[in-house]
Amino acid sequence: MSDNVLFAMEAALNGVTVGIMYSLVALGFVLIFKASGIFNFAQGVMALFAALTLVGLQNGQIPFAPIINAAFGTSIHNFGWNLPSVVAIPLTVLVMIGMAWLIERIVLKHLVNQEPIILFMATIGLAFFLEGLGDIMWGAEVKRLDVGIPQGMSSWVDETTYNLFGYGFFIDTLSLYALGIAAVLVTGLVLFSQYTKQGRALRAVADDHQAALSVGISLRFIWVLTWSIAGIVALVAGIMWGSKSGVQFSLSLIALKALPVLILGGFTSIPGAIVGGLLIGVGEKLFDFLMQPVIGGATENWFAYMLALVFLLFRPQGLFGERIIERV
Amino acid sequence: MLYREAGDFKTSYASDNQTFPIRFDRYAYWVVMAVAFLVLPMVMNDYWANSIVVPFMIYVIAALGLNILIGYTGLLSLGTAAFMAVGAYATFKLTTAFPAMPIYLVFLLSGLVTSAVGVLFGLPSLKIKGFYLAVATLAAQFFLIWLFTRYGWFFNYSSTGQISMPERSMFGVTITGATASSTAVYFTCLIFTVAMAWLARNLTRGQMGRTWMAIRDMDIAAEIIGVNPLIAKLSSFAVSSFFVGVAGALMFGVYLGAVEAGEAFGINKSFLVLFMVIIGGLGSILGSFLGAAFLVVLPVLLKILLVDNLGWPADLARHLEIMIIGALIIVVLIAEPHGMAALWRTIKDKLRLWPFPH
Amino acid sequence: MLDQPAEGYVTADGRQIGPVVLELKNITLRFGGVEAIKNISFDIREGEIRAIIGPNGAGKSSMMNVISGFYVPQEGEILYKGYKRRKMPPYQVARTGIARTFQNIALFEGMSVLDNIMTGRINLMKSGFLKQALWWGPASREEDEHRAKVEKVIDFLEIQHIRKTPVARLPYGLKKRVELARALAAEPQILLLDEPMAGMNVEEKEDMSRFILDVNDEFGTTIVLIEHDMGVVMDLSDRVVVMDYGKKIGDGTPDEVRGNQDVIDAYLGVAHE
Repeated sequence: MSDNVLFAMEAALNGVTVGIMYSLVALGFVLIFKASGIFNFAQGVMALFAALTLVGLQNGQIPFAPIINAAFGTSIHNFGWNLPSVVAIPLTVLVMIGMAWLIERIVLKHLVNQEPIILFMATIGLAFFLEGLGDIMWGAEVKRLDVGIPQGMSSWVDETTYNLFGYGFFIDTLSLYALGIAAVLVTGLVLFSQYTKQGRALRAVADDHQAALSVGISLRFIWVLTWSIAGIVALVAGIMWGSKSGVQFSLSLIALKALPVLILGGFTSIPGAIVGGLLIGVGEKLFDFLMQPVIGGATENWFAYMLALVFLLFRPQGLFGERIIERV
Repeated sequence: MLYREAGDFKTSYASDNQTFPIRFDRYAYWVVMAVAFLVLPMVMNDYWANSIVVPFMIYVIAALGLNILIGYTGLLSLGTAAFMAVGAYATFKLTTAFPAMPIYLVFLLSGLVTSAVGVLFGLPSLKIKGFYLAVATLAAQFFLIWLFTRYGWFFNYSSTGQISMPERSMFGVTITGATASSTAVYFTCLIFTVAMAWLARNLTRGQMGRTWMAIRDMDIAAEIIGVNPLIAKLSSFAVSSFFVGVAGALMFGVYLGAVEAGEAFGINKSFLVLFMVIIGGLGSILGSFLGAAFLVVLPVLLKILLVDNLGWPADLARHLEIMIIGALIIVVLIAEPHGMAALWRTIKDKLRLWPFPH
Repeated sequence: MLDQPAEGYVTADGRQIGPVVLELKNITLRFGGVEAIKNISFDIREGEIRAIIGPNGAGKSSMMNVISGFYVPQEGEILYKGYKRRKMPPYQVARTGIARTFQNIALFEGMSVLDNIMTGRINLMKSGFLKQALWWGPASREEDEHRAKVEKVIDFLEIQHIRKTPVARLPYGLKKRVELARALAAEPQILLLDEPMAGMNVEEKEDMSRFILDVNDEFGTTIVLIEHDMGVVMDLSDRVVVMDYGKKIGDGTPDEVRGNQDVIDAYLGVAHE
């Protein structure tokens, strides 16, 4: 095999790493969209917020320390303890559930029956609010996140590929873990929605709000539930991304990339979110690799959106979505 | 003088169709114009002009443009900043290629160039709706900025990758470049703002505005009663982009003077203009003014209050600002989806009945 | 019905009915595998009030959508004023002089009553983009002329008092009337009314019936009407098409239809005892 093919394969594999991130954020989108028809722009920021909270809890940071210090001239930072991950992660999950509850209480409850575009804009507002809140609560500097997932190059992949092709691929161990965790997450979600009472209610609401209400399913409970699950998915995404490149603002930009992912995968399909994420991740790395000599680099910035745009023109319902018939 | 229309009889449809049907509003409008053209330039200092009034006017034009697209036609765009960049780069290319071209003409032509680009990226709107369209405009946002920073032709191969505005004058007054006086800059922005607002008002009150709103409210019904969706949507993109392009041209030409696309016209600026439209009022000309004013003044106020007076770190004030804006968006959408302009209308309705509300 | 002369005739109440203006020939419409309309043919004469009746799901609204160009039938052809209508988007159909109202009110909720009705004149207003932008001479004059015409419609339908009210604030019955006004503002030759009286009380129905008759009488507008209230249909219409499960099971004057055994079995049998 020629070197170029090998390099391209390596680029594609690296795309998987990024793609999994897109998939995880898109997964959160799909969950909320299915249950409530809301397009949650804040999903990416929720991942950022979850990661910030996790780091803050692990390091025993005092919440709102930056603003307290500024307002009262104090200089407090830490409680002086460090929490192990096994304690900090469940605590963060609780925080995310509390946040879901608050979002339902304060925001969603008042926006029932509004047009989707209004709800979408409300979640843009929510994204900005959470971004500011996260920075004020935990400080804006880039933080290191370590929950014990091995870092660095996977020597196993390196050796195997070297033996096969005579060239060792450079792959982050983390991405292999991410792949596994994503698979577990999706399986869990599918099992939950197929075999539990709440899962059934969730599917009922996704199918028809009115009908679900009429058989006594509490819409509000379902909304809190989905936003909680989306919050947990966001935490997983936050841990993955944070372990790789530190917890920082760039995480929330992933949310934007999740939009094209959804267009490829369809807004209501969980497998679609995963496949779409991988396609975009691999696609943008490959495209950049192939086109760099021709049109220059950094095409990752726009490739996903352009791909989605082309897609929209030819298959507006996505790869896995259902066709919509318009009526008067 | 009481604020009411009673006694102010309309005897023709023309007078019933005018912009300010209430006499008091008409007087108020002329007073505002007089202050803007005569009083403000005398009393305003450079700090006020540069940090509030000039950016305010430029953002008004951008917000008017975006409002035509979102508020009047119901097409969501997250690519406003990229279209502002198109206006800015068109101004740069035009002034450097044709040094003798009158600078106001350059600004207008830049708007037209942006119009063409806007129509191009608006084409998908014929097939896709709602937040799906947001993705198409995101493609514009990231692709155009990439284009402008990647290809030397756009910035005349300058080593910094920046574009900087050469000095240009009209009628013997320097309007752009480092030596332009703040008065010249102020009047340039004022003339454009007033003219553009007047255009927006005319377009939205006539048949064109009605076809836009028909598409917004119920596109299928609109098509069945005879609205050509192709023309309605693309004309909205064209007009909207023209406004946004002129705003970008002014932002670069008379306000910033030198810009780098990624920095000055990033996605955050797109959101900023979007927020002006939401907070000010979707589908309202007045709203575009109120929204722009609010979001230009808020950071300045916070800076004065928190950083200058209380000595807080600047980045903390910045984060607080993001949080406040986010919260405000939610509050506005919950309490009054039509923004500050609708609030203003409610106040006026109350005032019309005052002091006998029943 | 077959003995009516091709060039037209005068009805018992003295209205002039002209020759056939719209003819539907062997129309078949499918959604995926479902046949909503099965090989239906009928014609509409100039100046008549033509009703389409049938039980729910009979395909009446689909038929309306075919006439107004929103659905394109897979088979069959439409002859309009003697010429075969080519495949065209709905907004072009509107330009040929066909206006309509909708079963579920399709007004522009964010606009005032006046603006809604003005939008109905979209194809009659000519001012170009630049003239509108500058609001000079022709554009502003045209706006006023059309406003005057719209005011006539407003007077006609007795909705002067709600002229400037946002449509979203109107009660159901008035919305239906505004929708009729918007269709009338287009000065159509054929007016399609999809259940104009659904959900109305007796008084509102009487008003609406009066408006429909007046429109037909004063402007000579041809009217195609879908309605469930048999009393209204039999009173208003000159001829009735009866549909059931996408098929035509009856066509003729109200009396003929009333006597048709298929129709009685399928539909009227339940309503008339």
